[in-house]
Amino acid sequence: MSALLELRGITASYGVSQALFGVDLSIGEGELVALMGRNGMGKSTTIKVICRLLKNQAGTVAFAGQDLTRLPAHRAARLGLGLVPEGRRCFSNLTVWENLYASARPGPWTRARIHDLFPRLEERSDQLAGSLSGGEQQMLAIGRALMTNPKLLILDEATEGLAPVVRREIWAAIGALKQQSGLSILVVDKTLSELRQIADHATVLERGKSVWHGRLDDLTPELKDTYLGI
Amino acid sequence: MLRETHVNALILLALLAVPLGALVLDQPFIITLATKVTILALAGVGLNLALGQGGLVSFGHAIFFGLGGYSMGILASHAQSFTPLMEVPFVIPGTNLMPVIWIVAIAVSCLAALVVGALSLRTSGVYFIMVTLAFGQMFYYFAISWPAYGGEDGLSIYVRNQFPGLNTLVPIQFFGLCFAVLCAVLFLVSRLNKSAFGLALTGAHYSPVRAMSVGIEVTRLRLVAFVISGGITGLAGALFADLNRFVSPTMFSWHTSGEIIIFIILGGVARLCGPIAGAAAYIILEQYLGGFSEYWQIYLGLILLFVVLFAQGGLIGSLSKREIVRG
Repeated sequence: MSALLELRGITASYGVSQALFGVDLSIGEGELVALMGRNGMGKSTTIKVICRLLKNQAGTVAFAGQDLTRLPAHRAARLGLGLVPEGRRCFSNLTVWENLYASARPGPWTRARIHDLFPRLEERSDQLAGSLSGGEQQMLAIGRALMTNPKLLILDEATEGLAPVVRREIWAAIGALKQQSGLSILVVDKTLSELRQIADHATVLERGKSVWHGRLDDLTPELKDTYLGI
Repeated sequence: MLRETHVNALILLALLAVPLGALVLDQPFIITLATKVTILALAGVGLNLALGQGGLVSFGHAIFFGLGGYSMGILASHAQSFTPLMEVPFVIPGTNLMPVIWIVAIAVSCLAALVVGALSLRTSGVYFIMVTLAFGQMFYYFAISWPAYGGEDGLSIYVRNQFPGLNTLVPIQFFGLCFAVLCAVLFLVSRLNKSAFGLALTGAHYSPVRAMSVGIEVTRLRLVAFVISGGITGLAGALFADLNRFVSPTMFSWHTSGEIIIFIILGGVARLCGPIAGAAAYIILEQYLGGFSEYWQIYLGLILLFVVLFAQGGLIGSLSKREIVRG
């Protein structure tokens, strides 16, 4: 399977504080890959580097055969990176419909398909995004990313802080996306039970470095304890 | 609460009704005041696109207002003196035709906005305010030191320019023309605000990083908005110069930029007809409070404080809910 996204030896810093010390990551076409690790291990920083919201100091980021390292964030997004940022960051001053419309680019993902995936967004179409519940904002954030018709959907802590019933809904939607759309998906999360069911493989980060790659079924209890604190 | 569309319709109807009533009552001064409100509102509509939708607090929009004014003044003065604007390498005559003057005013203002915007949009926040202010002052002092077109004394145009089929010297006809221009620009801006461009501009106002992560090129988006905004304000400047039949460096001064911002804050930031309500309130306060005291701006300051602290949606926001774009 050819790699859609390939990170090799990524290092990155916030000012003088180095956050990544050598991250390798590979995602193939149609794969769902989990990026795991405890808090502060560099998962969100890796996402920022992929989306060009943070420049890497060393290493390469290749996406769909193109080197992203010199591209600004908007150009990288237009190549097909759809980011669902941590903290359900929608355009809170726009309505649900406006959020979807403002991000739309041509492709198979339309508003009707988003409404099929998250029927609640259709009911809330005229509501300001800032007034939605946490779960609805997350659905909107995913819908907005899909409206850009990405090749790779990146979900950064998509279920964090949500009620269990909403988490199940989001996981079901991610599973449906993988099954039905053939979209490549990168999920940053700590929920091993759900990821085990849907992820093709995983990469674990420890202190800004990728330390384990493989199928989640192969993650031993010792490794879980060492790297994930579970 | 009313819908914003209904409040907008009421405001436009009131703006139309006042000069028509004044015509019946034979009060040409009121018609001229309504024309002034219409033109200043047009300048506000222009700035509102950059400030309200785009979050670009430009303290240099007087540049475009002044360039529009001087475009009119220079073209009309050459037409009146029957001297060409330029002879080498080809002859460019002056003109007293408003449509031609408007096109020139819009083109010159857009070009200036492109240059000013391309440089100032490298900064943000207070630095953006300072850079636009600095550009404004550069144009102001250039106009003062340009003796060919009046320098500090400004430039008088003895006869109002012409519009085919109208007698622009008749106050109500000139008002009607300005009102039609305002309505046309409001229609265009309304369509723009509801387009993907306008929504992306509004989204990027509150979170540029979120906008970039969905593929929106924020700086280019803001530059386009700034250029359109400058063009509209330039058109307002040309009409304002025609109303007064006079242009002066004051049109470029930072006071003018500040006044346009005040119209927007009073009427409602990012509200389509906010600048009309704001300009009307400003002119009414100027006329009536100005009759009581020459320091009437103290009262204006108090009103502005009240709006900023307690009614941030301005007059329109206090009366209506935000308009929702429907799919």
